[in-house]
Amino acid sequence: MNLAVRDIRHHSGRFVLTTVGIGLLLMIVMGMGGIYRGLIHEAILLVDRIDADIWIVQGRTRGPFAETSRIPVSLEDRARAVPGVAWSRRLVSHTIQREHRGRPLRMVVQGLAWPDDNGSWIPLVAGRPLGQAHFEMTADRSLGLALGEQLTLGKDRYTVVGLTRGLVGTGGDGLAFFTASDALAIQFDVPGDARRLERAARRERVASQDLGQVLPLLLDRASGPENDIPALTPPQVSAVVLKLRPGVDTNDVIKTISAWPDVTAYSTDQQKQLLLGGMVDRSRRQLGMFRVLLIIISTIIMALILYTLTLDKLHDIAMLKLIGARNGVIVGLILQQALLMGALGYGLAWWLGQYAFPRFPRLVIIEAPDLLMLGGIVLAISVLASLLGIAKAMRVEPNKVLAG
Amino acid sequence: MNSLAADRPAILAESLTKTYGSGNTEVIALRDVTLKVQRGEVVALLGPSGAGKSTLLTAIGLINPPTSGRIHIGGHLVLDGPHPAVDLRAFRRKHLGFVFQRANLIPFLSALENVQVAMEINDVTPRAAKQRARELLEYLGVGDRASHLPEELSGGQQQRVAVARALANEPGLILADEPTAALDSHRGRQVMELFAKVSRERQAAVLVVTHDHRALDVFDRTLEMEDGRLRESAPSSITPATQH
Ligand SMILES: Nc1ncnc2c1ncn2[C@@H]1O[C@H](COP(=O)(O)OP(=O)(O)OP(=O)(O)O)[C@@H](O)[C@H]1O
Ligand SMILES: [Mg+2]
Repeated sequence: MNLAVRDIRHHSGRFVLTTVGIGLLLMIVMGMGGIYRGLIHEAILLVDRIDADIWIVQGRTRGPFAETSRIPVSLEDRARAVPGVAWSRRLVSHTIQREHRGRPLRMVVQGLAWPDDNGSWIPLVAGRPLGQAHFEMTADRSLGLALGEQLTLGKDRYTVVGLTRGLVGTGGDGLAFFTASDALAIQFDVPGDARRLERAARRERVASQDLGQVLPLLLDRASGPENDIPALTPPQVSAVVLKLRPGVDTNDVIKTISAWPDVTAYSTDQQKQLLLGGMVDRSRRQLGMFRVLLIIISTIIMALILYTLTLDKLHDIAMLKLIGARNGVIVGLILQQALLMGALGYGLAWWLGQYAFPRFPRLVIIEAPDLLMLGGIVLAISVLASLLGIAKAMRVEPNKVLAG
Repeated sequence: MNSLAADRPAILAESLTKTYGSGNTEVIALRDVTLKVQRGEVVALLGPSGAGKSTLLTAIGLINPPTSGRIHIGGHLVLDGPHPAVDLRAFRRKHLGFVFQRANLIPFLSALENVQVAMEINDVTPRAAKQRARELLEYLGVGDRASHLPEELSGGQQQRVAVARALANEPGLILADEPTAALDSHRGRQVMELFAKVSRERQAAVLVVTHDHRALDVFDRTLEMEDGRLRESAPSSITPATQH
């Protein structure tokens, strides 16, 4: 005869309520573990998708995702000339936050090296890849944009032509792909007044120098659009990514590129480590801390309730001892209740998670090994939580039956 | 099932003393009590409140060890002063049956399960335990209430379930402390007669603390306690079957 279950049936209210509470707490613990997995997944998703072997970024920075990186676009051609390089592409990536339909819209603006790369590798769930050099974009569903929707960024309007799903940047913001020149235009969008002032200032500077006085044509150039001025630096991109030919050693190529001034080259693995080691690691510690706290809280709640359930039964436990029940019967009664509470709470957490996790604002990935580990933890805290009640029950004397 | 030696007294208590507390709060509840009860004997223990009846009963019941003296049950030395000579809990479940003033049934178990659990903790298979529990409840006239929880039974019905539980493992010794106090005199008498019947049928010794003088004719012998001392009494209405 199972005493634990019979007792619970008799006192179901408190047990059920506590189990639901424990279930909710465990669901959060489970979800936080899933968010961590999601963070890792999202952090390296783009790096994986871009499918490059080497990343050239601004010297001594950890760009282009972990921090800002600016390098001249000319490096794209220079890198292509390195022996063993199959292709070389510019990469423009930056996060913007703008207003759209009265709500803030955060997105990672990602530039494609059009026309070499029209983004046909991007997994679309609707629409088509970019079809022209300007004013088209693909957007991730998480941005809440619809196919055909128009969006004003800077001075231009862009039309959403394709949709992706689950394609987000390292910070969890949805990715939007543009051509690289559009992406740069969005990044360096300066209001008209500022641009006119800048042109006037340039003209002043040239005019004050002898060169400007000798060559009046220079004055016109200086006050014209930026990209017509040969003496200004070429446009800057975030990084240049390379794919190597099969059989070429990544380290050799990195060594070659590292000799160039003002750039740093990373392999894809190093690039992933940069992402996981920085941001994600901080989040991991933060989430880990919350999980530990929630587990402790769950244990305390379970221990308290199991203790009060045991207190309610002390007279019955004394009676069981009086009629000769072994300690095993009494330990079993309390321990089984604890395990049942843990198991039901865990099951509830898992079941609720099926509905709740997809609605979380960040990606939650629940993996079997994580579930198994949490199961082990729940087992451990159930045993731990029962100890208080068991200790109390062990101290009860059988002749307590006679005292009132 | 009953392994107590048949030729030895069911209870042999020698020079029991029991002192509760110490110093100012010291209470001497038993003063050199010696007692012998044979198998198949039904003995009443009378006396005023505070005389030490419950103390004696629980000492013999191995749940309240004496300060000094020895207790033998069925020829086994079980307590030497406060020191157990056997595994007391195992001894209780095999050889002793208890009934108290209150039924003390386990509230989350049905009548049947309350009887069944006493056998299951004594390693009887659940199937056999259930079967026997049912028979015992029938025997005690509460067979039709078997599946009810204690809170759904009357006081008398609860007490009869408690008696069934005490009899479950066919103990050699049944100890009852005012088992009929919560019952009307008719029901009370029924319980006392039941003890006498079990004692006759199973050769069990029965020691009952009672205040109910109307049912004393059921007993073979009556003992009286006063201020921690025990003495044999022989009211005229009783013709003891076995005197010692
Ligand atoms: N746990 C205890 N601690 C201290 N004193 C106790 C304890 N139990 C009993 N006593 C005292 O021991 C004495 C005998 O008590 P006991 O309960 O054996 O009496 P009793 O004959 O059963 O009385 P009643 O008829 O009222 O049940 C009393 O003076 C009582 O106050
Ligand atoms: Mg008493």
